[in-house]
Amino acid sequence: MSAREEILDRIRAALSDQPAVPPVPRNYRQTTGLDAQALVELLVDRLVDYKANVFVEEPDGVSGRIGELLAGAGRFVIPPGLPVGWLAFDAEPARAVVDHPDHPLTVGELDAMDAVLTCSAVAVAETGTIVLDGSADQGRRAISLVPDHHICVVPVKSIVGILPEALQRLDGTRPLTLISGPSATSDIELERVEGVHGPRRLDVIIAV
Amino acid sequence: MSQISLGMPRIASYGSGNLFATESFPHAAHRDLDNAQLRANLGHATGTIREKRLKVVAELPDWEELREAGSVLKQQVMADLPRLLVQLEENVTQRGGTVHWARDAQEANEIVAGLIRAEGATEVVKVKSMATQEIGLNEYLEEQGIAAYETDLAELIVQLGHDKPSHILVPAIHKNRTEIRDIFLAEMAGVDPELTDDPRQLAMAARAHLRRKFLSTKVAISGANFAIADSGTLAVVESEGNGRMCLTLPETLITVMGIEKLLPTFLDLEVFMALLPRSSTGERMNPYTSLWTGVTEGDGPQNFHLVLLDNGRTAALADEMGRSALHCIRCSACMNVCPVYERTGGHAYGSTYPGPIGAILSPLMTGIEAEENNSLPYASSLCGACFDACPVKINIPEILVHLRGKDVDAEHAKRKLPSQMDVGMAAARVAFSSGRNLALVEKGLPLGKLMAGPDQKIKRLPGMAGGWTQSRDIPAPPKQSFRAWWKKEHVPTPDTSQTPDAAAESGEDG
Ligand code: SF4
Repeated sequence: MSAREEILDRIRAALSDQPAVPPVPRNYRQTTGLDAQALVELLVDRLVDYKANVFVEEPDGVSGRIGELLAGAGRFVIPPGLPVGWLAFDAEPARAVVDHPDHPLTVGELDAMDAVLTCSAVAVAETGTIVLDGSADQGRRAISLVPDHHICVVPVKSIVGILPEALQRLDGTRPLTLISGPSATSDIELERVEGVHGPRRLDVIIAV
Repeated sequence: MSQISLGMPRIASYGSGNLFATESFPHAAHRDLDNAQLRANLGHATGTIREKRLKVVAELPDWEELREAGSVLKQQVMADLPRLLVQLEENVTQRGGTVHWARDAQEANEIVAGLIRAEGATEVVKVKSMATQEIGLNEYLEEQGIAAYETDLAELIVQLGHDKPSHILVPAIHKNRTEIRDIFLAEMAGVDPELTDDPRQLAMAARAHLRRKFLSTKVAISGANFAIADSGTLAVVESEGNGRMCLTLPETLITVMGIEKLLPTFLDLEVFMALLPRSSTGERMNPYTSLWTGVTEGDGPQNFHLVLLDNGRTAALADEMGRSALHCIRCSACMNVCPVYERTGGHAYGSTYPGPIGAILSPLMTGIEAEENNSLPYASSLCGACFDACPVKINIPEILVHLRGKDVDAEHAKRKLPSQMDVGMAAARVAFSSGRNLALVEKGLPLGKLMAGPDQKIKRLPGMAGGWTQSRDIPAPPKQSFRAWWKKEHVPTPDTSQTPDAAAESGEDG
């Protein structure tokens, strides 16, 4: 008998008492009912708590803010579908390097980048969580991981209150990364230290 | 390893690997209780995390509703396990992954080693995983000439220190910063000799040490926190980014997962991603969670293997009272609140799974007849703190009592002469069977007072109970029992029809 058949047989035998299960009581919150402004305030509060740098900008302020945040940086990587206007600050010769699906950067090239600039799919205010889903304005997972500095733009329309609202908007079969602050560890005496293997600096621009 | 269990109608398939204590719990606990540094480190760490957990749990108005949903969802998973596993397999396969099934630790290890060899690799990077710890994968790979590098900071500390994990979430919880610095200085090639014990500096040393490995290693091995049956999606919850590195950069990813880790639908993550981070690290959300489904062209590993592991889980599932131990999402809240764990640490439990959950899960997976693990269900004062903390409401105290009962039965089947325990149990049964008998036993209390000597502490109990006093003193019993005191203080008044004794006895029936 194959391992598969044997394990399935074992499970069926173990369940020979046919345990009865009640329906799942989903009496937890499905939404917070907060308005857009309250959601932004909550998200900012949570991100700051995680030691991310947070900026709230009008649409015409986004490019300028990105420019400021990249002031000291050399080359930075961008996904293929980033809104063109965001790069208005980047004078010639351009420092932005596109990671294109037809000719992706090698890991070594990514490691040589000073920063990465992406958009995001959904943000969850209550937990300060930003979700990337690999869309063209976010790129494949490696580009937002290897560079040490991640600048992430969160459009105000993508902010929801809690997780149930976020999952409704996401396609589970895409590669998803949930980011809640810069990388951190609590492995030494449970004291939180920000910045281990993932980007040590996380700048979030909320575009209202 | 399979063994025929005594008195059971069918052959249970028990687990093997790092599920066994190498010595009995009282023995190991006795040694670790003497380690003052260990106790200080543990007390500090569990105290910190308890506080954080309480704070973030109190923030949620619907915490109890989430726990209830989580508990029932897991019951549903167990009751429907064959169908959900097949559904998961179909979805993973359809999206470009390959699914393997492993009956026990040995089979899982062989599958993983075979897959690594097929890629021509001699080294792998690993994300912290309880399942691979349980099957002893690192040791097996080493025998096969394959080097496995742990990339989680605490796992790295344990690996470099030639040590064993003592906590499922923070495996190096028993080490303080100075001890960690000393391990890095001694074992980490090329480390700055000026390294201090500042946690930030230590974390940066780990980053530098592992960076090359992440960028160049071709094969990664992970566990999984959740697997979604209806989409074939797997989830790894982490903090440092080492998980993202392993799940994203290598060409081949091998995930080893217990068959109980399933969730029916993608939307069920809304319950478990609320419960897990708050219960484990006491955060609103952990820094990184990665979700992937099979293989995605142009993004991440292009070869994906999922190894589904039994290794005693079906034996646990067969125990109607104990099967809810499989609901565990490995958050570690139960060990952080456990007064026994806080004093002994995780090593005393022997198995990969320490603390209250380990005290039920290990014997359920290996069988209570396994000599090494039959003392584990006694490693508890049944205070109930673990049950209150558990995000999926596993009634650990109830299962402990159930397993103690099974152990006593198993011992009976083995032994001809009644043991001290049997005699003691029989005596207790007589004593507690009626108020009059209990009153007789309590007459012995002043004798205990005498045994205690002038400092009012009993240093050594006779016989079997002596084991209990080897590492602790017990306070002398009071001069009189509560019942005797009650009798004296509550002299029956003429208009009371019941004597206090009769009242107490009728209360026992209620
Ligand atoms: S038994 Fe409950 S509290 Fe303990 S680790 Fe498992 S889920 Fe967490």
